[in-house]
Amino acid sequence: MAPARTTAARTGAKPRPSAGAASRLDLLEALLLARDPEQCSQRALTWLQRQCGVRRALCLAADAARVRLVPVASLGLPSQRLDRFSVDLDVRDHPLTQALLSSSPVLLSMNGHASAVTPLGQGPVQAIPLAPLSPRHLPAGLILVSPPIQAAAGDARWLARVLGPRLAALMETRRAEESEQRLHRERGLLFGIINAVTDPILLTDADGRIIIANSRAETLLAADEDQSEGRRQAVTLNNMLFSAALSRHAIEGVGAPRHEMPLVDPVDGSDLLFELMSTPASPDSRQAGGIVSILRNVTDLQRATAEIEENYRKLRHTEADARAERDRLDLVIDSVADPILVTDPGGNIVMMNAPAERLFVARPEVDSEEAHRQVQANDAHFSSFVSNLFFEGDSRRRTGGINLVDPTTFASLPMEAISGKIVSEHGEVTAVVTILHDRTEEFERARLYEELKKASAELENKVRDATSELVRQNELLRRSHIALEQASALKSQFLANMSHEFRTPLNAILGYTSMLLKGVSGELSGQQRRNLERIDSNSHHLLSIINDILDISRIEAGKMPLTLVDFVIPDVIGEVLAEVEPLIARSKLAVTHELGDALPLVRSDRQKVKQIVINLLTNALKFTPQGWVKVTASYDKRLDRVAIAVTDSGIGISPKDQEIIFEDFRQADDSPTRQYTGAGLGLAICRRLTQMLGGELTVRSALGEGSTFTLTVPGAPRDE
Amino acid sequence: MTARESLLVLLVDDYPDNRDIYVQFLTYSGMQVEEAENGHQALDKAFALHPDVIVMDLSLPGLDGWEATRRLKDDPRTRDIPVIALTGHALAGHSKGALDAGCDAFITKPCLPERLLDEIRAILETARTRSGDTTT
Repeated sequence: MAPARTTAARTGAKPRPSAGAASRLDLLEALLLARDPEQCSQRALTWLQRQCGVRRALCLAADAARVRLVPVASLGLPSQRLDRFSVDLDVRDHPLTQALLSSSPVLLSMNGHASAVTPLGQGPVQAIPLAPLSPRHLPAGLILVSPPIQAAAGDARWLARVLGPRLAALMETRRAEESEQRLHRERGLLFGIINAVTDPILLTDADGRIIIANSRAETLLAADEDQSEGRRQAVTLNNMLFSAALSRHAIEGVGAPRHEMPLVDPVDGSDLLFELMSTPASPDSRQAGGIVSILRNVTDLQRATAEIEENYRKLRHTEADARAERDRLDLVIDSVADPILVTDPGGNIVMMNAPAERLFVARPEVDSEEAHRQVQANDAHFSSFVSNLFFEGDSRRRTGGINLVDPTTFASLPMEAISGKIVSEHGEVTAVVTILHDRTEEFERARLYEELKKASAELENKVRDATSELVRQNELLRRSHIALEQASALKSQFLANMSHEFRTPLNAILGYTSMLLKGVSGELSGQQRRNLERIDSNSHHLLSIINDILDISRIEAGKMPLTLVDFVIPDVIGEVLAEVEPLIARSKLAVTHELGDALPLVRSDRQKVKQIVINLLTNALKFTPQGWVKVTASYDKRLDRVAIAVTDSGIGISPKDQEIIFEDFRQADDSPTRQYTGAGLGLAICRRLTQMLGGELTVRSALGEGSTFTLTVPGAPRDE
Repeated sequence: MTARESLLVLLVDDYPDNRDIYVQFLTYSGMQVEEAENGHQALDKAFALHPDVIVMDLSLPGLDGWEATRRLKDDPRTRDIPVIALTGHALAGHSKGALDAGCDAFITKPCLPERLLDEIRAILETARTRSGDTTT
């Protein structure tokens, strides 16, 4: 139909005084039937072309929402010119804005500027404002035409009045439609968002009935009839719990804290914990706009919270432990007498105990400059030691010596340093701990020890020398002992032989003398007899000396046998007195004897006891020029000892001689001019015999006051 | 056994002077005395003469007194003759050795003639008593 109309418009292009009433009626009908602003305005422009001979035209509608003039229909214009063409109504000095606000058509500038303002190209442009919907509204739009309409100006004005309200109404309708669509879209989006939220969200009315619920909320709080019994029960329970929480929340008001609300997962039956946040849907809570509730699942949160609390508690505990440990460590480190230092990888001292401070920290108020220098020197020594450890890659420990100086006494301190790296689990050295140990005492001890060792070695040498000397002397002694024993044996043998050799001739002398004295060879004269008696006496004396020597030899050779028998002392004394009778008679001394009571049996060598007593008695007779000799026997029951004492009133023995007399071949008077004869063996033999008998031989005497010799022997053992 | 008027003593000693003393004294005391100066002579005379008593010095050249005594005591012809041992050795062991050899008595020199006589008389008395006992 359009081409036909175009043909019709072209055929009617010839200017006519006025459009027919039928044409206007047709246009009105077309405008009313138009569905949208474009169709409506396009029909108007077509009508203008036909009625007024317009070649080019553009219809701009006022878009109230955007406050712009936008093209809605055009005639005889290339469409690309219209692209993006619009006019901002806020720009009040724009020619088109001004044209819009003017009540009658405006002829835009005749010069070439018009093309810059409108898309209609060269030539004069006429702007016809369209009437508003109502006097309150803005003009509905603007029609630009070229060439300007003059002859049919009435038609143009009529069109402006008719098209304006209709276009404004269509524009308004479109705006309403667009707005509705937008709302619908936004609502869908909102629901999408709400459903996308994993927390249950609900809108409830004043009575607590659910108006809107997102899918998560529906899962918890809504159940269909066809769902399982357990799930329906869970949902029922959840609803009760939710209602209770909600009403409590409502009572407590807007500022109430968040409530925790336990629910049951209807799907798997597990316990869930939610935090309920409820706010009135409209700001004015008195309006029955409902309440929006958001349930935040805090099951995991609670678990996490509990875990965090537990961790925090553990952390606190660990921290306390660590602090206690550190305090203890500090105490330990400070109580160590050796300096301890901790160094960081940069070589800086980060910690030290009190003894270390004495060496490495200067006290400005106390120390002298010299002390400061020593502290610095100490620090330098120490740093170089520790840095070496850092450079030694592998070894974790280093021991070495550093020579430090005591800053207060300036005494040299030979220190043994033991450094250990503290390595993190990533293998990085985090610190170095160094302990210094003063070795002064150790060195001193080592020196003393060396001295001691030397002294000990010397001593050892001396002892070794002495020992070897001792061994040598022992060997000599042993040899000389053997030699002595041999000599002694030889001597004993010699004496035994000699006594035999002596006896044989002596036997002959004694024999012949005895025979002569017995008158075997006839009677003797007095002088002959006296001389023979002298020979006899001297021979007997010689025999007694030989016998004594033999006795000594036998005792020393251990060849003197003991013959033990039981006997009584008085018998022995009787025999002794009888045997010595010739001597007694010759001495003219008063010889008496006195026997004590209860003299017991004696078990001893009877012959030897007798021999000893004879010896004592003959000695007494020999050394007593005048006076008396007494033999007594007594018994000491307490000691079980029998004593035989020979007492005389003779010359006596001086104290210094009282031991000499018991020695071999000795008399008290040893001088060559001595008065008394005798070999001096008698007492020596007596003492030896006494010892063999387990007895004792003692002397008590004073010079000029006589002597007492006492023999004691043990009594006989009690008979069983 | 031929009867004799007096006792016969065989005196064995290698030292002539001692023999002489005892010979003189025993003869003086009424005994017959035969002499021997070593062990072999002693054995010969003992077997030949069968003396009443033998006085035996133990230290003899050649066959000594112990051995001679042992042989006399081993021979049935001379077993009964009492032997008096005579020695100058006084060391322990001599007397025991003499008794082991079979000597009936033991005298240590020096021994005066009268002591020897006493010993001879005592031992003959003992022997007579013993033989008397056996004959009875």
